[in-house]
Amino acid sequence: MRIGVMVCHCGNNIAATVDCEAVAAAAREFPDVVFATDHMYACSDPGQKTIEQTIRDLKLDGVVVASCSPRMHEVTFRRAVERAGLNRYMFEMANIREHVAWISLDRKRNTEKATDLVRMAVEKLRYDRPLTAKSFEVQKRVLIVGAGVAGIQAALDCAEGGLDVLLVERKQAIGGVMSKLDKTFPTVDCSVCVLGPKMVDVGQHPRITLHTLSEVEELSGYVGNFEVKIRKKSPFVDWNKCTGCGACLEKCPSRKVPDSFNERISMTTAITIPFPQAIPKRAAIDPTVCRQFTKGKCGVCQKVCPADAIDYTMQDEVVTEKVGAVIVATGIDLFDHTKYGEYGGGRYPDVITSLQYERMLSASGPTAGHIKRPSDGQEPKTVVFISCVGSRDRSVDRPYCSNFCCMYTAKQAILTRDHIPDSRAYVFYMDIRATGKGYEEFVRRAQEEYEVQYIRGRVAQIYPKAGPTNGPGGGQLVVRGADTLMGTQVEIAADLVVLAVGAESSKGAPALAEKLRISYDAYGFFLESHPKLRPVETNTVGVFLAGACQAPKDIPASVAQASAAAGKVLALLSKDKLESDPQIAQVQTIRCIGCGKCERTCPFGAIRMRELRDGSKRAEVVETVCQGCGICSVTCPVRAIQLAHFTDSQLLAEVNALCRTWDETTGS
Amino acid sequence: MIAPAPEKLTLAYYPGCSQTGTAAEYDTSARACCAALGVTLVDVPDWTCCGSTPAHTVDHVLAGALAARNLLQAELTGHDRVTTPCPSCLAALRTASLHLAEVAQPDKESPGVSEGGNETFRTRVERLLDRPAPLRATAVSLLQVLTEDVGIAAIAAAVKTPLTGLRVAPYYGCIMNRPPGLMAFDDPENPTALDRLLTACGATVVDFPFKTECCGAAFGMPRLDMMQRLSARILGMAEDCGADVIVVACPLCQMNLDLRRGQVNAFSQHQGGKNYAQPVPYFTQLLGLALGLPESYLGLDKLVLPLGPALAAAAKRAAEAEKAQAAKAPPKGREADKPACKEDAPCA
Repeated sequence: MRIGVMVCHCGNNIAATVDCEAVAAAAREFPDVVFATDHMYACSDPGQKTIEQTIRDLKLDGVVVASCSPRMHEVTFRRAVERAGLNRYMFEMANIREHVAWISLDRKRNTEKATDLVRMAVEKLRYDRPLTAKSFEVQKRVLIVGAGVAGIQAALDCAEGGLDVLLVERKQAIGGVMSKLDKTFPTVDCSVCVLGPKMVDVGQHPRITLHTLSEVEELSGYVGNFEVKIRKKSPFVDWNKCTGCGACLEKCPSRKVPDSFNERISMTTAITIPFPQAIPKRAAIDPTVCRQFTKGKCGVCQKVCPADAIDYTMQDEVVTEKVGAVIVATGIDLFDHTKYGEYGGGRYPDVITSLQYERMLSASGPTAGHIKRPSDGQEPKTVVFISCVGSRDRSVDRPYCSNFCCMYTAKQAILTRDHIPDSRAYVFYMDIRATGKGYEEFVRRAQEEYEVQYIRGRVAQIYPKAGPTNGPGGGQLVVRGADTLMGTQVEIAADLVVLAVGAESSKGAPALAEKLRISYDAYGFFLESHPKLRPVETNTVGVFLAGACQAPKDIPASVAQASAAAGKVLALLSKDKLESDPQIAQVQTIRCIGCGKCERTCPFGAIRMRELRDGSKRAEVVETVCQGCGICSVTCPVRAIQLAHFTDSQLLAEVNALCRTWDETTGS
Repeated sequence: MIAPAPEKLTLAYYPGCSQTGTAAEYDTSARACCAALGVTLVDVPDWTCCGSTPAHTVDHVLAGALAARNLLQAELTGHDRVTTPCPSCLAALRTASLHLAEVAQPDKESPGVSEGGNETFRTRVERLLDRPAPLRATAVSLLQVLTEDVGIAAIAAAVKTPLTGLRVAPYYGCIMNRPPGLMAFDDPENPTALDRLLTACGATVVDFPFKTECCGAAFGMPRLDMMQRLSARILGMAEDCGADVIVVACPLCQMNLDLRRGQVNAFSQHQGGKNYAQPVPYFTQLLGLALGLPESYLGLDKLVLPLGPALAAAAKRAAEAEKAQAAKAPPKGREADKPACKEDAPCA
């Protein structure tokens, strides 16, 4: 075998702490190596040309490049060796940047370690065999998980691009957080008026199949051929018959159910349609509060329903669908402000969250757009906003900025002054982060035109003002905090306090990530493949991210990322066939004893048992399903399964290259 | 099979200097309550000052050594948990434990001040102590022992003369629960241990917003005006909440609110405020009363503002409530379960 080695300097990234020339010189002594050199940038055009030319000139059988992580440039170099006429799998990469140069400044020992890694790659390459990819058909359908504004946008873009879309939403109606908002910044236009047409389009688009009250139960398969199990929770109403007339809502006798759409500031019925513009406009029963389910008798809705749609015996349904790609758009939940004991920890009714306030401002909300204190229904004259509640605070394990709270607080302060002209609005803030288009101007308008009082400092405590609760100033809350610009303490007697609660990852996000085999960070936000250059891809091919499930985002950013994800999916599924990775498990039938351990251990269901004519069984790998993880290979008691490109002989050759005897180490 | 006998709770006990002087009644009532609840306290032999505020404002190593010495002494009792009624002593002891546990950390507090500036905190403390300090002992507050080790249910079961009708404002002070990383006890912003303990004693606990506000602490000496202002706020809030008494767990808080009441009232009246008269007992004194312990064990006579009138008012109120209930209560039905008197509802 004739092997060529190239050691990359990566500018100074590697060369600063590794003697690349010495590594190349050492490599020339390795078995089968006929050529070794170093290069400033192996991935550059001249670098690749050198590799190709050397393969041709010296009739090489394989190439080792010692440079960065295979995640960066493996594909680049595989293409280069392929252009020179070699099989793309006759190539190995030694990572001497992330694994050596970037983690230690000891040049001598770095050089030794880099040399060892190159030796291992050479030994592995000596056992490499050419592999050929197979192509397979793809499903031209996409699954979108979550139907907030990001999921809606991605669904519409994909459907317009000619793909069939499965849109799955956990709640009863689509629209997400945006459908709860009254107005949006910085334009102060009506949120549901902007979102409404898109929701209607989703409901009517012939290519979009909507599953609400549904959750992804399981995802199997691989890019192009995923199989998804969707659990459709029973609404106990036949949605094919229900017309959304609302007769059941009027007659339902359970009227004391906290309304989750209205952030629990008002009560609703056990059978509900969450809001007037709901898509789909269908009723659903909450069995945890419905008298028919909790007490075993009622049946009022069944009696009044003119369409005979109520069915108390309806069961959950699990549907299985095939899709080619997945977009995750599960959005956010809000921080639980009761963790802040100093803000009352949920004990004071007139300390509310920003989203509760938003429902109060909304014309379709529980107060029909009138701002009322929850305690006594009075119109507040002094409203205090506190920003960064559950953001930028390590004491509650939320060190990150939630991105949009500064802006919605400015919007809510403006709306307060609009709704109640003789009111005063105060905002306690740490910093004002208004980096979007037109955002800074919007905050200035709040401060200058609407005379919102911005106080830079944190609030130490909120407590009920002393005195009789029904006298002048009675029932007020004292907001005590620091004004760090003035260097003083301030106390404001407030009628209502609005906490700008930060964003958290959606409840159940880590569990969903496990099902989809994608990564998530310490706070449950899904990890993109590369923070700068692959912001909508995940490390699982065929699964993409859109919206705030990746990090807190405002509406424009969520919509932009949703369209980006849709573009990625359209490009991926524009091909009729995709190539499969040939680095998969292979069964040597002659060695297999048919014990079936591999079948039980495979996490992807890629191994099945095949019966021979004599009745005995042998394992068989389903090539398109195998992910090449190698678990079967280490499980097999007779070493009958080998992972192509990572065979036992290759791994042992690497180990032997690393663990040489004393003679070998001193001799070379 | 014979069930194992419940393990007898025995802890080392570090009284702290205040409890031998200005807060002697805290010490005697604490010991009496523990004895009544089956908690055995073994005094730390030859204990000395924990260092308190003066030591750590001057030298962290000295402060660490003073506290560490007492923890080492506590280990001589054969018990690795040492309890103290005083939150300030507790903070000193726990801080020393925490810093000495960070063996590998170079001393960040005062690097290079003494010779060998790069030595670890532990090395420097050990040099002062003239012996190695591999601390096993950890300090825990008496309130935590009573609410978590003994338990609210056991306390409620042991109550003989419930404090029915007594409206109490639980005042924890700044440092009983804070900083949370150091004290690791209860909610740092809205603690409830004292609330639960006093409820178990039969008292009516008012919703007191200034549970953890500062009373002015040691500023009573250098900046009397600051102490007066801060303590007056606490007394005012307790009065507005309708509390008969303010219950404390800290000797310094008690001194500011009780012994210095004349100074605080002088300030309050100068500002056009009220003359406050609520007594300020230690929680162990009220617990002792509820457990039916004799007053001589509880040192009630040591309080500057006598507790008697508040107890009498509470008893009267309880009797009235009982009478009112008996007069109008139907023999059965839900009515009887409702609180008889609106005053019993916590102040919102």
